[in-house]
Amino acid sequence: MTTTLTDATPPTSSPVTQEDSDRLRQQAQGRSRLGSVAYHAFMVVVSLVVLYPAIWMVFSSTKPHAEILGSVSPFSPNASFDNYLTALQGIGGVSFWTFVWNSTFVAVVSVVATVASSAVTAYAFARIDFRGRGLWFAVMLGTLLLPFHVTMIPQYILFQRLGLINTFTALLIGNFLATSAFHVFLIVQFLRGLPRELDEAARIDGAGHLRVFTSIILPLLRPALITVAIFVFISTWNEFMGPLLYLKRPDLYTLPIALRLFVDQTTTSDYGAQVAMAVLALIPVAIFFFVFQRYLIDGVATQGLKG
Amino acid sequence: MTTTHPPATLTAPRPSQRRARMRETIAGYAFLLPWLLGFFLLTFGPMVASLYLSFTDYDLFEANWVGLDNYTGLFSDPRYLKSVQVTVTYVLISTPVKLVAALLVAMLLNARRRGLGFYRSAFYAPSLVAASISIAIVWKAMFVDDAAVDSFLQIFGIDTGGWVGNQDLTMPMFVLLALWSFGGPMVIFLAGLKQVPTELYEAAEMDGAGAFRRFLTITVPMMSPVIFFNLLMETIGAFQVFGSAFIISGGTGAPADSALFYTLYLYIRGFTDFRMGYASAMAWVLVVVVGVITVLLFKTSKGWVHYQGDSR
Repeated sequence: MTTTLTDATPPTSSPVTQEDSDRLRQQAQGRSRLGSVAYHAFMVVVSLVVLYPAIWMVFSSTKPHAEILGSVSPFSPNASFDNYLTALQGIGGVSFWTFVWNSTFVAVVSVVATVASSAVTAYAFARIDFRGRGLWFAVMLGTLLLPFHVTMIPQYILFQRLGLINTFTALLIGNFLATSAFHVFLIVQFLRGLPRELDEAARIDGAGHLRVFTSIILPLLRPALITVAIFVFISTWNEFMGPLLYLKRPDLYTLPIALRLFVDQTTTSDYGAQVAMAVLALIPVAIFFFVFQRYLIDGVATQGLKG
Repeated sequence: MTTTHPPATLTAPRPSQRRARMRETIAGYAFLLPWLLGFFLLTFGPMVASLYLSFTDYDLFEANWVGLDNYTGLFSDPRYLKSVQVTVTYVLISTPVKLVAALLVAMLLNARRRGLGFYRSAFYAPSLVAASISIAIVWKAMFVDDAAVDSFLQIFGIDTGGWVGNQDLTMPMFVLLALWSFGGPMVIFLAGLKQVPTELYEAAEMDGAGAFRRFLTITVPMMSPVIFFNLLMETIGAFQVFGSAFIISGGTGAPADSALFYTLYLYIRGFTDFRMGYASAMAWVLVVVVGVITVLLFKTSKGWVHYQGDSR
């Protein structure tokens, strides 16, 4: 085995030399022309299968009802926007745009509240050396695994007693109190990766924690907060159980429960209009995905590595 | 601020130090206040309350103590047992299927080739919406009689008569929906694979180890913390399917309770029948089961999960 180490290669404990790696790479390149075609052919097929429901959804929403059944092909000679006109008529006298407004309001308030409360909580866990920190952090992680069904019934009773049925408060209050352990944890992980020198220097200069948090940490947290904001927006936009429990008046409905009502009312199974409404409800999620996919993918990727 | 250990001698810490620690503790709890309020009001308090309710016949009007009746009643409730069977079957099939797909595709994506960004995005996107009501509606519309899936199978001479009304095909339909969202764990696997040093594979290849051997002796051990994380999160998540089961089965678990997932039955008991004591008992059984599974996974993980630094 050759043991020549050039100056450029750092000494490693691995018995593989630069030459060995180069040789393997060359061999691999020789195989790669044919391999590349096969690889991409395979991946394109998988992509088509994975994306088929999305493609089907968009095309079916433009098909007349009778053509949705009985065909695999997404295309129809009779494509039109009639299904969208039906969907946009709303349900039971409530305009479709009311549902859009309700969903937007709940999602935007949830995003702002969760980002703020989770950042404050994460700062305490990552940067303040207080008695009992280890215990509370373990408790917080425990709630990450707790099925929320165990708190659902007493929460419902509590909110009912407080007269919060048919208000958005019941849906929003948890966001102000950092109840989403997942998001707190994500920010804690990010904070642990930031060098402590900056905030410690400020502390030695006499700045209090509030000052350090608002003027040093918060600006540095920007990427993590954007990631959390996107996750919260998408999950709130899709949230079904909370609105199902607390919103009983159609003029308060968010899109997911409006969709459910629409499905229940169109018992003649007008799939075209149902699918059109489903497409409309997913548009904001699709926009968020296209604009922020890097943040989303990086955010998901880091949680498993440092956990 | 720098000392965290109590002083070894009998002399108390200097007053200035003690004051500094005190200030840190006050600041810590001030910052933690929103979370503490949320924890006690919305998590811990309700947990205790639901434990109490699980021993009563609470129906939103009055609560009478019934002892263990709700818990013993579960075992003679055929619909409850059916919901356990449906959910356990789903967890046992969908979790491995989804994770194996996620790992295999992540390995395919862990290469130096063009177009990987596109594939990764395309595979990841469904996981963001798979649990949404919109997709539940689409899934139902794709799987009913003569719809896309049925028409496709008819080309091969298979007439399923629609998956939605057929109790034998309900489970495969939900497993396919879970499989469709493999992109979430895939992205986590991919990030893990990028951290496995390539020299390890090169060294193994030099020593003549085949692809399967390299997978078993390098990929699996190096990836074990990530596999463990995904296994834990996906298993717990699979126990809690609700929205899609609600929409596809029309809120009842139909046909023949084949879509009666645990949380759907819990919802029906608590918020349709208003048997909230019974539903609370169901919720506590779920918590205990999820807790036991978590502990068991952590216990067995000592045998197969290797954290970098312990053994290298």
